Amino acid sequence: MQKFTTFSAVVAPLRRSNVDTDQIIPAFYLKRITKTGFEDALFASWRNDPDFVLNQPAYKNAEVLIAGPDFGTGSSREHAVWALRDYGFKAVLSAKFADIFRGNAGKQGLVAGQITEADTEALWAAIEANPGVSITIDLEAKTASIGALVVPFEIDEYTRWRLIEGLDDIGLTLRDEQSITDFEAKRESWRPKTLPARP
Amino acid sequence: MLTNPLTLAEKVWNDHLVVKGQDGAPDLLYIDLHLVHEVTSPQAFDGLRMAGRKVRRPDLTIATEDHNTPTLDIDKPIADVTSRTQIEALRKNAAEFGIRIHSLGDIEQGIVHVVGPQLGLTMPGITVVCGDSHTSTHGAFGALAMGIGTSEVEHVLATQTLPLTPFKTMAINVDGHLRPGVTAKDIILAVIAKIGTGGGQGYVLEYRGSAIEALSIEARMTICNMSIEAGARAGMVAPDEKTFEYLLGRPHSPQGAHWDAAVAYWRTLPTDAGAKFDAEVFLDANTLDPFVTWGTNPGQGVSLNDRVPDPETISDPNERAAAERALEYMDLRAGTKLKDIKVDTVFLGSCTNSRIEDLRAAAEIIKGQTKADGLRMLVVPGSARVRLQAEAEGLDQIFKDFGAEWRFAGCSMCLGMNPDQLAPGERAASTSNRNFEGRQGKGARTHLVSPLVAAATAIRGTLSAPADLIADAEAN
Repeated sequence: MQKFTTFSAVVAPLRRSNVDTDQIIPAFYLKRITKTGFEDALFASWRNDPDFVLNQPAYKNAEVLIAGPDFGTGSSREHAVWALRDYGFKAVLSAKFADIFRGNAGKQGLVAGQITEADTEALWAAIEANPGVSITIDLEAKTASIGALVVPFEIDEYTRWRLIEGLDDIGLTLRDEQSITDFEAKRESWRPKTLPARP
Repeated sequence: MLTNPLTLAEKVWNDHLVVKGQDGAPDLLYIDLHLVHEVTSPQAFDGLRMAGRKVRRPDLTIATEDHNTPTLDIDKPIADVTSRTQIEALRKNAAEFGIRIHSLGDIEQGIVHVVGPQLGLTMPGITVVCGDSHTSTHGAFGALAMGIGTSEVEHVLATQTLPLTPFKTMAINVDGHLRPGVTAKDIILAVIAKIGTGGGQGYVLEYRGSAIEALSIEARMTICNMSIEAGARAGMVAPDEKTFEYLLGRPHSPQGAHWDAAVAYWRTLPTDAGAKFDAEVFLDANTLDPFVTWGTNPGQGVSLNDRVPDPETISDPNERAAAERALEYMDLRAGTKLKDIKVDTVFLGSCTNSRIEDLRAAAEIIKGQTKADGLRMLVVPGSARVRLQAEAEGLDQIFKDFGAEWRFAGCSMCLGMNPDQLAPGERAASTSNRNFEGRQGKGARTHLVSPLVAAATAIRGTLSAPADLIADAEAN
């Protein structure tokens, strides 16, 4: 995973709440067995609408999305994060994220930063007053800024540390492999086993 | 020795702690059971291959094909090439990594959340994960069961553990007696309408109270299944005698002395007297009506006796905007009686409501009745075993005589990854769990309902409760 600290890019306003993962990527695209190449699938049905925000020239190169609350609800599909990432998004800010989505984002280096609803409105207003404007996301300081407007965002410390260091989760866990082996040695024998299969 | 009173969820968590997280790091939890299906696993297996890693515990892992599988002509090659490729990828991965798999046509094939409990693999006090948000279903046994993303699937395959941040606990207290025609599905739809799609965020829900205790294990699965629709990390019900009775003698239930040891432990799991929940919600079962959704998220539900709400009356601006958008998508007008809404298709199935009790309940309503003109009804059992059981009881004949389509097991029209989809603009009463825009097909409109409401709706052609059939009979 790439190390992440601070960057500036075009920001797009998504004035919708409850953006579920079926909207982010419809199930049709989940048949693929690759982990990349999902950019065409992002918001696939909304993108048919010429007025949809990402179809507007000002937001063509957006890398940050400001969305309404309850972003990423519903299905656990990590494809939602892959689609955002493949389209070019590096960060999404919202007043509330679904837990599984936020977890998935952290694994893939997509910043899911929580902001207040008031700050969401303020950012939307700033963007719409100046479509195509850039935002600066500073993961060290946990701030998002458009010109003089500086907004703090929340992200759990562990995820932030992992993103900044670019660390791989499995590698981190395997440092504790002896603890896993010790735990397995004292697991009760009534616990379920799938093998050998019993009729 | 005095011990700190704990909730069910906290006990299960503590008993799976491999490493306690320090300095803000998450806890590392051991995973007892990992369920795998074709859609969220191929990239995880790829990751293992690229890193040269093995599956640490194939004996705690099981795969089945469900999301993508056709429910017709299952003896023929899958017509859709991309679907077939994905299923074949799962079969290859299972063979390469030594994982047990139940493929299309196998007697143990079915929806992953129907198969686990059916085999007796799901049991109290264990941790269960699957790359599917409805893994919360398994909480009905007093297991801590969570949906995970594909990176986490890879993590569990490689390490049999998962780093998890501690949760908060919420008690959902449901007391009283359900009236006839009101079911577990109505309880959970009412809960989600009450706390919202984000109301459970960060929480593990524990469903408690006399109305929950009175439910069968399958009904408890329906409730826990939809915990994710309230945004919760998991939902649980304390194990009791019904749980033990359900598990006794299943293929993978503990046997002999192991059974006794397991039951002794399971009896220690229910939440201690005096344990504190971080939040509590109360729902009166006595006054609950059949519930139905009118909008495009599962929190947008009301009593079936009610009317489509007026967005103007919603104070929260985001909720109001969402309601306006939902009414437009659903082609509904505020103030319309729910019971006046005409339905094109009825879907009885999904991990929420495709078990034998669901099929029995619906069959009892439609037996000897006539299907509404022009309405399509699809009945999709949750597993091959449920299908066989239903056929042994003659339920398939009741559905066929009624004019419903009797299909093979899978997720089917719940998410329309296979050919079972709604056409644009088509309206369905569906026993599934999500009414999102486009979920059951592009432009499709979904009303979430119980199996009883689904059955009554198939007869009357408009959203209906079984009580309406009685009223119809009396009027004639």
